[in-house]
Amino acid sequence: MLYSILCYESEALACGRTKQEDDAMMVRLRAVQRKLANEGKLGPVARLMPTTTATTVMAGREPLVIDGPFAETKEQLLGFYVVDCPTLEEAIEVAKLLAREKPHGALEIRPVAVFNPVGPSK
Amino acid sequence: MAWIDAALTSARPQVLGALLRYFRVLDAAEDAFQEACLRALKTWPVNGPPRDPVAWLIFVGRNFALDEVRRRSKQTELPPDDAIVCEPEDTQGELAERLDASHYRDDILRLLFICCHPDLPVTQQIALALRIVSGLTVKEIARAFLASESAMEQRITRAKARVAAAEVPFDTPGLAERSARLAAVTTMIYLIFNEGYSASGGTAHVRVPLCEEAIRLARLLLRLFPGESEIMGLMSLLLLQHARAPARLNADNGIVLLEDQDRSLWNREMIGEGLALVEKALRHRRPGPYQVQAAIAAVHAHAPRPEDTDWEEIDRLYEILETLQPSPVITLNRAVAVAKLRGPTEALAMIEPLAAKLGGYFYFFGLKGALLTQLGRIDEARTAFDRAIALANTAAEAAHIRLHLDRLLKDASLPANQAG
Repeated sequence: MLYSILCYESEALACGRTKQEDDAMMVRLRAVQRKLANEGKLGPVARLMPTTTATTVMAGREPLVIDGPFAETKEQLLGFYVVDCPTLEEAIEVAKLLAREKPHGALEIRPVAVFNPVGPSK
Repeated sequence: MAWIDAALTSARPQVLGALLRYFRVLDAAEDAFQEACLRALKTWPVNGPPRDPVAWLIFVGRNFALDEVRRRSKQTELPPDDAIVCEPEDTQGELAERLDASHYRDDILRLLFICCHPDLPVTQQIALALRIVSGLTVKEIARAFLASESAMEQRITRAKARVAAAEVPFDTPGLAERSARLAAVTTMIYLIFNEGYSASGGTAHVRVPLCEEAIRLARLLLRLFPGESEIMGLMSLLLLQHARAPARLNADNGIVLLEDQDRSLWNREMIGEGLALVEKALRHRRPGPYQVQAAIAAVHAHAPRPEDTDWEEIDRLYEILETLQPSPVITLNRAVAVAKLRGPTEALAMIEPLAAKLGGYFYFFGLKGALLTQLGRIDEARTAFDRAIALANTAAEAAHIRLHLDRLLKDASLPANQAG
């Protein structure tokens, strides 16, 4: 089963980290990623730019384009992983490995319904 | 307790802005914020952070101040509906709902805006904003300005008194008023950045903390006004400029010009964000000076090597900037592009009429000297460089020009090279 692990955090806090703190965290996270990759569990990993770079297109017959993120929330989606785990239990263990290396925020595990990394299948 | 410090710092503008709206007196708001922070340092490590730190701090700060008022006027009967809640958690959610985003926006904008009071000299505006909005200590600000702590303390106290005496605009601003405030605040953030980017005095040529603080404030402002293309432009400009910081000075703290910089040292992450923002801003088709400057910085960022720079595009962008914001400094910058495209003679003809206005400007004589050198007019070049050294703001600027002079002298002793 593919699970997405969505990383939510207060953007103000995430942007407030010093470069040293952030670099140190990324080194620790990459170690976890390497372990997962070696076990064949790791799919795409993405870190998103701050929500100030976001553009939102509202669905409808005349789609409306607005600046900024879709939702004004205390915590924002700042990045995500896709992991391949046989059970939710194991996905939770993976999320815990990542969570231990982050200072705050939360990781939401959402099973993936459709995953197509190379565009529409024939 | 690094996470508490980080949380308090990032909450500061919102909390202080809201407390200022309640109390209307800056000192009272600062005292209340201080008290709320002390409470946070005591209770958060035990209970964990509240779900909404900002609402928690506003609530606690406000209650503290109300307590103070009551303590001072014990004879007054308390209204029953104004009971003090000791544990803020219960009512926090309710409060948070009332403090909707639109309130936050104007609170923070007001807080920033009172720092750029037109009566205050620019350096005082910056110092005040760093103290009040960013919450830097007087010591940190003094270090950034290379001033003594007592001198900085005085400067900030004077600025605060000035602001307190002035009419603080507490009404919710209308559209025109809001955009006027935004313009004043963006200018101030730009000035903070500039103070860090090319320091106006002392030994350090680049002061990274000031640049980073300006970026933090711009980010805050953009989060509040995500659709303002000029704020996107400002944010983009600051990121693209700051991305080059690691390459701008060599190991001896000497200035390294754009075309000599090791581009692998540029911060790619910042460049990526800067490019994304300027692209997004230009979609609005409401160009402004910050967007155009960001677009110019973007052209440089796009060039893997100096010789790949699209000088045509830079020349075109400076032309737009000249019409948006006519200034001899912009014409001077455009002359650099013109020199690349059409040679030093044309560039020199372009900047010579600026002499009267830029007679006290370091970069004017630096560029003039460089152009004259290219034309082999060595004596005139030397005069221009001497003038630049006299006008240099930092040791690094002076040293950089001296390097040019040394090269000139070396070339002059090898007359065969002069023609080339």
